[in-house]
Amino acid sequence: MWSFSGLATGIDAWLTQRFNPALSLTIEMVLAGIAVITLFAVLGLVLVLMERKVSAWMQIRLGPNRVGPKGILQSLADTLKLLVKEGLTPNSADKLLFNFAPFLAIIVAMLLMAPIAFAKDLQLWDLNIGVLYISAVSSIMVISILIAGWSSNNKYSLMGAMRSGAQIVSYELSAGLSVLSVVVLVGSLQVSDIIKSQADGWWIFKGHIPMVVSFVTFIIAVTAETNRAPFDLAEAESELTAGFHTEYSGMKFALFFLAEYVNVFIVCAVGATLFLGGWMPFHIGHWQGFNHVMDYIPSSLWFFGKTFLLIFVIMWFRWTFPRLRIDQLLNLEWKYLLPISMVNLLVTTAMAILGWHF
Amino acid sequence: MFITKYIQEVWGAVRSLATGLRRTMYYFTHHKEIITQQYPDNRETLVLPERFKGEVIMPHDDKNEHRCTGCTACELACPNGTIKVITKFDIKPEGKKKKAIDKLVYHLELCTMCNLCVQACPSDAIKMAQTFEHSVFDRGLLTKILNNPGSKIMDGVE
Amino acid sequence: MFEEQGITPEGDLIVNVGPQHPATHGVLHLVITLNGETIKKVEPHLGYIHRSIEKMCESLSYRQFIYVTSRMDYLSAHINNHACALCVEKGLQVEVPPKAQVIRVLLDELTRIASHELWWGAMAMDIGAFTPFFHAFRERETINDIMEETCGARLTMNFMMPGGVMQDLHPNFQARVKSFIQQYKHKIGEYAELLTGNIIFKNRMKNVGVLSPEDAISYGCTGPTARGSGVSCDIRKLYPYEVYGQVDFDEILETGGDSLSRYMVRIREMQQSIRIIEQLIDGIPEGDFQAKTKAVLKLPKGEFYQRVETARGELGVYIVSEGGTTPYRIKFRSPGFSNLSVLDRIARGGKLGDLVAMMGTLDLVIPDIDR
Ligand code: SF4
Ligand code: SF4
Repeated sequence: MWSFSGLATGIDAWLTQRFNPALSLTIEMVLAGIAVITLFAVLGLVLVLMERKVSAWMQIRLGPNRVGPKGILQSLADTLKLLVKEGLTPNSADKLLFNFAPFLAIIVAMLLMAPIAFAKDLQLWDLNIGVLYISAVSSIMVISILIAGWSSNNKYSLMGAMRSGAQIVSYELSAGLSVLSVVVLVGSLQVSDIIKSQADGWWIFKGHIPMVVSFVTFIIAVTAETNRAPFDLAEAESELTAGFHTEYSGMKFALFFLAEYVNVFIVCAVGATLFLGGWMPFHIGHWQGFNHVMDYIPSSLWFFGKTFLLIFVIMWFRWTFPRLRIDQLLNLEWKYLLPISMVNLLVTTAMAILGWHF
Repeated sequence: MFITKYIQEVWGAVRSLATGLRRTMYYFTHHKEIITQQYPDNRETLVLPERFKGEVIMPHDDKNEHRCTGCTACELACPNGTIKVITKFDIKPEGKKKKAIDKLVYHLELCTMCNLCVQACPSDAIKMAQTFEHSVFDRGLLTKILNNPGSKIMDGVE
Repeated sequence: MFEEQGITPEGDLIVNVGPQHPATHGVLHLVITLNGETIKKVEPHLGYIHRSIEKMCESLSYRQFIYVTSRMDYLSAHINNHACALCVEKGLQVEVPPKAQVIRVLLDELTRIASHELWWGAMAMDIGAFTPFFHAFRERETINDIMEETCGARLTMNFMMPGGVMQDLHPNFQARVKSFIQQYKHKIGEYAELLTGNIIFKNRMKNVGVLSPEDAISYGCTGPTARGSGVSCDIRKLYPYEVYGQVDFDEILETGGDSLSRYMVRIREMQQSIRIIEQLIDGIPEGDFQAKTKAVLKLPKGEFYQRVETARGELGVYIVSEGGTTPYRIKFRSPGFSNLSVLDRIARGGKLGDLVAMMGTLDLVIPDIDR
């Protein structure tokens, strides 16, 4: 059967035949980079359109429907508009840092793409500490926000950045703990191992209630980590106009915007990988016929289906709930989520030791 | 008990959030509730109520006759000088001089659609039209002369 | 040097909110002193939308000046016009026909509901929930359509005039109002689902911006703002005008004094408005919709004052006449101005995020404050 690994080995063999190893490695890297950038652009366009459509339908509106058939080219038009806009830099801003921050944000988002398995055998880098890598790199995101807030030399931006710093640092804990509970059950940090361990059932099903709890905590924590409503205090527009990116315009603003959406995609992909089995099809026990049918659906469809389901849930939150206040936000983390996820981790560990899961 | 209260609190919170989520999901899936009117596309079917105050016009009949006597009541009633009545004297066949309008100048850009002029007019010569797409590129176009060129007053209107 | 950097000598941050800011819904300028996220002082700066409406009215005749007042509190334009018409009628000693009275009250209450709907949506948007805004507009648009059909305009109707109303009700009016009441009763439950019952919302509003009854009285707060603190001040009950004395409705009082109480007062007030409309809609009396008045109105020499309850509180119209065709002096006592003045008092010690909740529940309309 045709597979991505076959394709990769094919390209690799073809290149090494013609060039020396160093050059062919470079070419492979460039190819991977181009693939990631393309994915980025496509994701940005699709997710922005999706958000606008979802919000419109929840708000009894139609949403974008003028540019292209049913408005599908709307986000392309928006990108074009942002590209031709002037990228202003405030006079009193720290020019270097101000221009650097959006790139840092986008670089972090790109780095996070590496260990994600998009389909069977389609993974850029299956390193043995994949999950740890994701949590480590995603914390750099906060630095780009802090840099942006500080260098703009604007009080709104500064406050937005400070809020976001407090928020991301706190919520990283419970996100990390709920990721750990999966790691405890699998016994490996490698993404491919985690997916393989779910071949006979996704963790959310075979992990009993503790897994459901850590799934819910994970979703809440990553919503906060990506600064999405109801935790969008960093850019709370009715309080801080636009928070940390108040002073940004044009393409630099677009990079922040893109990074936000790509981050949403990544955390949802991680959630889908950890709890919903990544690209693993949905199998029910010993129903051979049913399982066979499920296997015919390509693995990439499974992966993107699950990821977009989670993205939809996060958007659904955004368009339903009011925003929390900063002290309530921290209360929620330190008084509710963190204790719950700690106890949950203990229970999961006990479960793993006693072998109580399926 | 502390722990039951804690659990009740969390449960109540989750329930309140779930009701909100259910409501937005209902609208997400029920597109017939959408209330957007696609304005420039629905121009043909767009009906404004007959009392809608869009701009002041002076109706003329098919003989190009209007009902305005040039009494300037509308000019006096207007709170912001939107209407200017310029009168002239017609010589009647029997030799009498009679006041009539030369021009009734109307500045759409000043008008607040307050309807006071229409109310004030003793001979129902002006009324409100149901137009609303008033934007033009030259503001001079907003100054209108309400009586048609060459029009005259209807018979029997004093 | 401190001034330049916007820092007080104690090291607190001075932040300008407005005049162009998403939360102020207009050109209000607040200078806020912040210690971290905690508010130490709020200083409203006014005047960005001052149009000298009072002075303008002095050069307009008694029929003409009413339309200008629609531009004060544009969300209760009808009620503003009503107040002016009542005041002029007081001076002229004209008896308004019963039909006109009922029409006026019906339109007033519809305006009140429309205004509260907009407030509800805008306040929800301030505290971060976007969806309620559009849902509120669905009901508000229905009212606007009814207004458009009868009065010919959606926002600045100029329908009230001394002696009555400008035109008779549109024949469809009764049926459409009834169908609106049905729609409203059907949809009001959603408001609770989306916002009122929401735990995040409750926590954002509870014990935020507590206004004690003493403060409410001494700052001159009126309307739902004061009633949220338990101060009885509904002009419709205390000094009934038109047919308010004959209809059955409750004055809504909440005792909390916090933002949630003010919120609940407005939500429950909408239901009372529906109640008033239900009582009046079937029994609109026959007769004239306008009393006979002279072509040129002249008020006798003297001073005239009339107050009404707008959607935001007590609006007073004070006319000094020298006996001519235009007022000698006009003064409007606008509810928004006194309600805004209390902001500093209730905001101190709160968080920056609370400020929008407080401003939302004070229901500020900036043109009403500046005039
Ligand atoms: S509608 Fe009002 S403002 Fe316009 S012309 Fe007539 S009186 Fe003047
Ligand atoms: S339009 Fe009416 S009020 Fe105005 S001048 Fe003509 S007749 Fe008189």
